[in-house]
Amino acid sequence: MTTPVLQIKDLQVAFRAGKKLIPAVRGASLVVYPGQTVAIVGESGSGKSTTAHAIIDLLPGTGVVTGGEILFEGKNVAGAKKGEILALRGSSIGLVPQDPMTNLNPLWRVGAQIKEALVANGVAKGKDADRRVVELLEEAGLPDAERRARQFPHEYSGGMRQRALIAMGLAARPKLLIADEPTSALDVTVQKQILDHLDSLTDELGVAVLLITHDLGLAAERADHLVVMYKGQVVESGPARQILQDPRHPYTQRLVSSAPSLASQRLSSERARVEVREQAVQTAAEIAEEVATHADEFGVGQATVVEAKNLTKDFTLPGGRPGSSSAFRAVDDVSFTLARGTTTAIVGESGSGKSTVARMVLGLLDATSGTVEFDGVDITTLSGKKQQLALRRQMQPVFQNPYASLDPLYSIYRSIEEPLRTHGIGNDKEREARIRDLLDKVSLPAAVMRRYPNELSGGQRQRVAIARALALEPEVVVLDEAVSALDVLVQAQILKLLNDLQGELGLSYLFITHDLAVVRQIADNVLVMQNGGIVESASVSTVFDSPREEYTRRLLDAIPGGSIPLGA
Amino acid sequence: MPETTPLPGQERFLAPLDETPLQETGALDTSSPPESQWKEAWKELRRNWLFWVSGAMILLVAVVVIAPGLFTNLDPSYADLSKSLDPGSSGHIAGYDKQGYDVFARMIYGARASVLVGVLTTILIVVVGLITGAVAGFYGGWVDSVISRIADIFFAIPLLLGALVGLSVINNLFPDRGEFGGIVAVVIALGVFGWPQITRITRGQVLQVKNMEFIDAARAIGATKRSNLLRHVIPNSLPPVIVTATVSLGILIVAEATLSFLGIGLPPGVVSWGNDINAAQNQIRSGQRIGVMFWPAGALAFTALGFILLGDAVSDALNPKRRTE
Repeated sequence: MTTPVLQIKDLQVAFRAGKKLIPAVRGASLVVYPGQTVAIVGESGSGKSTTAHAIIDLLPGTGVVTGGEILFEGKNVAGAKKGEILALRGSSIGLVPQDPMTNLNPLWRVGAQIKEALVANGVAKGKDADRRVVELLEEAGLPDAERRARQFPHEYSGGMRQRALIAMGLAARPKLLIADEPTSALDVTVQKQILDHLDSLTDELGVAVLLITHDLGLAAERADHLVVMYKGQVVESGPARQILQDPRHPYTQRLVSSAPSLASQRLSSERARVEVREQAVQTAAEIAEEVATHADEFGVGQATVVEAKNLTKDFTLPGGRPGSSSAFRAVDDVSFTLARGTTTAIVGESGSGKSTVARMVLGLLDATSGTVEFDGVDITTLSGKKQQLALRRQMQPVFQNPYASLDPLYSIYRSIEEPLRTHGIGNDKEREARIRDLLDKVSLPAAVMRRYPNELSGGQRQRVAIARALALEPEVVVLDEAVSALDVLVQAQILKLLNDLQGELGLSYLFITHDLAVVRQIADNVLVMQNGGIVESASVSTVFDSPREEYTRRLLDAIPGGSIPLGA
Repeated sequence: MPETTPLPGQERFLAPLDETPLQETGALDTSSPPESQWKEAWKELRRNWLFWVSGAMILLVAVVVIAPGLFTNLDPSYADLSKSLDPGSSGHIAGYDKQGYDVFARMIYGARASVLVGVLTTILIVVVGLITGAVAGFYGGWVDSVISRIADIFFAIPLLLGALVGLSVINNLFPDRGEFGGIVAVVIALGVFGWPQITRITRGQVLQVKNMEFIDAARAIGATKRSNLLRHVIPNSLPPVIVTATVSLGILIVAEATLSFLGIGLPPGVVSWGNDINAAQNQIRSGQRIGVMFWPAGALAFTALGFILLGDAVSDALNPKRRTE
């Protein structure tokens, strides 16, 4: 019989706000055995990170443990003295923090920071420590470790920084490693590499891992035991596969059915998509006919609503000497078409140029060369304000960050009214009726009108952003990472909303995303971009079932949880 | 993921459903009335004791400026040489200065010129700084280069030195400009060297705001550059400008007093704190009745402190990040 390395019993954590205590974790219990990987899954605000941070007494701000026990190797560390916790940190419990960008001191060489961890835990000193640093970096999978150790964090990529943090977390050979969303800030392919490496490393060393993640697919793929948290409580826990195949708590059921990485393998989502497309294409065809027969409408009413031809964008970067400069090609010869009533997804990792393409299509950025045609009209050569305004009515964006895409000083009413006002549509009364109608379309109560963005949740703001985009009754909506910043359940809701609206209004979507998993739920065609160029371009089913390119295959493999067979 | 019998404590667990009732995902919280950011900042401000203390200080100064008669019925420009340096009697709590003026009455009436200079100069530098900073930050390119370099040049000249030289030039050009003309001259001299600070702050803020997504969203709607600047960018750039303006009000009042103390600020005929501190400096040298200087100097410090404290309170209220701790 093995004894657990960590046992949390009925843990209560609260945050002090003035004189009140606001509970964040309410009676969480879990057990971790040596060598095991246990994952805590939940959305933002579920208390998963708070639980993990309570273990090493690193609660942010005003957080306090108000009840329960945290037994590390049988000894209660909740409420232990500062000195005792300090002795545990690093040497017995390691931490890999969430954000690799802010968790390394930019003024220190990476090697020196790992050395600090070694010296602080009394593992090694002086020359020995230097040698150990290089070994640890090699172990964490950094090539040319000796040179890398002398570099500064800004000379590392995001994935390399996370490797350095892993090296630091494992420096003193702890018995337990807490990994708090270790790869959320990284591209999927890098995420897979890092997690694979972390897996083999912890197996080799026999370290137990407590993995904190919002991604159910990732958790199920990496952990033996799953703990699902919701509103500060553990709602369900058990063997990972059992939970995934037979979720019993309604919240877990919702999570399993919404997780994009899992849902994307479900055929039901593809069938639903086909229905939406049929309806949307039909509605769109009617609109096209109307456009074709009315001379005053913008465009000619053809079946291809957006066509990009050989789009290229060069950015000038300042060179080494004042006055000199060099060119950087962000987008290289990209061509694609968007058929009326369908969705074309552009998928790529950070730096692939996908957002730059979106901005050029929207006319927010001038192309270095190449053209964008909207319904047969070249938008780069539009003359006159009137024509440009006419184009704006037909094509609207929804951006990634729901916290930055609405003016914080504008009420929701004013935000949605702005496009109507700018285009001089209707009088005050007509506009109000239109705004009510739009809010209804995006399933928000009319009461939201008088509120301000800071009072709404991320999902609600994104609905408002969609309502604003639809205010001018556009034919095309460019969704630039529009669901990427949202929690899974909210993401699923917004994707459903977008699908419903597409069917109802015959919209055409250009869907920019880094997440191949959501593509199957909303798109019909996919462009895979890498380093500014298109790698593969095909229908969704072709890309998912028989990808032609190595890079596409790697992206697909990297979708966490994609390989787990589902019961339902 | 091998299928084995779970270890003790890791058996399948399901929380009772009534313990954590499922909430509607994305439900709207309508428990409190709608609140704009400005309203929220105002609420925050009212909760801060610094705001009430500094507010009371400024209110007192404001009343003195508007109705000095409430505080003294003496004429600040009536001098009785026979009372020179008299320590005072009943009704003359601060006594008399070298010229035989009533020190208290002069302190009360001196507020007007000092505060007027501070307020007018602040308005001038905010207007000039906001426009130049917003234009430079928003349009960029050569417009930015020209404005920023001019601002740098003025920034490089010390405020007091610049104002000193500027005022001597004005003095030579318009020797007789009267009381109000004297105030205007000081306002211009301080304003010319004060605006670059506001320009820089506004420019920095505009650069940050103009890259936010809601600006792109407004562009995609078809809003013109100018309406974008006026409707979105400038309003969102205001908070740090307001903070700086409040603090500089206090600093400019001190700067005016410094200029007058150096004998080049307000004309000698104007009753002002700086002029009185200047007049009283001889007492420090002679050692007779040093107290004469404390009255105008104290009033000056009180007023400047009021505005600087208010600036702090406003800055806390407008900066939500600093608020959380």
